[in-house]
Amino acid sequence: MKQQHEVEQFLYRQAELLDSKRWQDWIDLFAPDGVYWMPADPSHKHWDGVPSIFAEDRNLMDVRMKRVLHPDAWSQRPMWGTNHVVSNVVIQKASPKGEIEVRSRFHMMELRRDDVRHFAGSYTHHLKKTRDGFRIKLQRVDMTNAQAAYDYVLQVWV
Amino acid sequence: MLQERIADLSKCVEPDRVRREVYTDPEIFELEMQRIHEQVWIYCGHESQVPKPGDYYTVQIGRQPMLMVRGAEGRISVLYNRCPHRGNMMCGDRHGNTGEFFRCSYHAWTFQHDGRLRSIPMMESGYAGTRYGRDNPDCSMKRAARVESYRGFVFASLAQGGPALAEFLGASRVAFDDMCDRAPAGEVEIVPNCFRVIQHSNWKIFLENQLDALHPSVVHQSTGRAAHEVEKQIEKRTGKAPLSYHMLSAFATVTIDKWDNFQTLNYPYGHCILTGYMGLRPKDPDTVAYEKTLIKAYGKQRTEEILAVNIHHVLIYPGLSVQSPLQQLRAVRPLGVDRTLTEIWHFRLKGAPEPIYRRSLAYYNLVNSPATLINADDLENFWKCHQGLASDGGDWVSFGRHHGHDIEKDGAVETAPNCGTSEAPMRNQMKAWAQYMRA
Repeated sequence: MKQQHEVEQFLYRQAELLDSKRWQDWIDLFAPDGVYWMPADPSHKHWDGVPSIFAEDRNLMDVRMKRVLHPDAWSQRPMWGTNHVVSNVVIQKASPKGEIEVRSRFHMMELRRDDVRHFAGSYTHHLKKTRDGFRIKLQRVDMTNAQAAYDYVLQVWV
Repeated sequence: MLQERIADLSKCVEPDRVRREVYTDPEIFELEMQRIHEQVWIYCGHESQVPKPGDYYTVQIGRQPMLMVRGAEGRISVLYNRCPHRGNMMCGDRHGNTGEFFRCSYHAWTFQHDGRLRSIPMMESGYAGTRYGRDNPDCSMKRAARVESYRGFVFASLAQGGPALAEFLGASRVAFDDMCDRAPAGEVEIVPNCFRVIQHSNWKIFLENQLDALHPSVVHQSTGRAAHEVEKQIEKRTGKAPLSYHMLSAFATVTIDKWDNFQTLNYPYGHCILTGYMGLRPKDPDTVAYEKTLIKAYGKQRTEEILAVNIHHVLIYPGLSVQSPLQQLRAVRPLGVDRTLTEIWHFRLKGAPEPIYRRSLAYYNLVNSPATLINADDLENFWKCHQGLASDGGDWVSFGRHHGHDIEKDGAVETAPNCGTSEAPMRNQMKAWAQYMRA
């Protein structure tokens, strides 16, 4: 029960950091070798060596963060924001060493300029318990509308 | 009516400027589809997309929904995605395998892979004494007027007349030659993933941007700077950053004045080439190992010739942008006057070591995925461009940069030395546009 609660709180925090644009704090949730992955194909098992919508280690996350913070990131000039709701949190596996695999569902609404878009799907988090709390080894994002044509693009992590 | 507003379409295009209606007028858009996209050779896909009999992919040519399908005997046909009976769309999925024949989901008419009528339920009793049957070509699925492929890349034209594919492509064939020659086996294979991104702007705005050498250091400064910073940090920590950082940081490290050092080459039918700038022949162990496989396949001299081809982008007007050294292509499918779909693919070099594929993959993911670090800012500008053109704030779009300094040579137009940012490619595209639209 306690573990369920801790994991839920962590996932909520992850989403809240994205919605409040605290990019560095969000990146710091990842382990040094952590990976953020949005597969191009739901059947893919591993991020390495296949086409992906996102497949980013902390270095690439740093590039993305620095880009959106640059004053000449033109696509970021218009009003832009997101709102995540995370739910259906189910712990799949938990080892005595503090390695946890957890699945959840999310719904993200995005406003850009005057347009609203919706993205929804499931998260699979591989977490590792450390002295400073959980760290993400892998955040896999299987977006239900990942396969559809994108009306404009995704600028930041979902 | 268009004729009342614009009596003479050819007056919309001058050598160094274009009327804004060319981008925003829905009636001009319809005419473009009729006189350009539904006439000329349009890229359908790569042969390796449909390896087995019955494999098909849907593809939009102008306003026409088409199917590219592999027949039992191996031949590829391009058909209208339409049942001749009541007009039902034949294949509702974007791609798949149709089995031994097409079967309409409405009344079960069946067709061979080349579109010929195969059967109609109770054909004898239902159609005896009528004009309908296997001998009537109107009972078969309609085929594209012409289908040809070049080194595995399949094109179709919906018009009987016009140049053959090789003649149409002309010098732009280098896009496919460069890509295939870089493979030790002499051919490429599709990676079965298509990223599809919709732009809220006219299709020509995207094409004109592809060889616009002035825009990268303005539009992509944010990503170039960010990648350069991280590249330096990684170098400091580990001595060497992956090549993918160089691909991104080049947008900032190649400063605005240096873009004039490159060259564009402009050809008939609106095709254009931008010479390379990324330096994709580094001396790392992966590249050295790859070059050895090329030497084994081609010999030393031929390998040097292949690797000396130095192009960044080839634009095949009116609908294909190819980056051969990174084995990527973007097919442009106009959806409406202000909506354009890009279909983005990449390829494996057959016979090349895995790290060379990884190089192409990194570029595909970082630059061309729907979470692109590059195109987000392009698309924002395309939208703004289209918005501005829709206003009455001005009548013309200017393509005057380095106008008057183009060098005509053997039917092609080269930009003069140190004029890489010339708007010659846009002038060339609009010249072809005006010729097509004259009709």
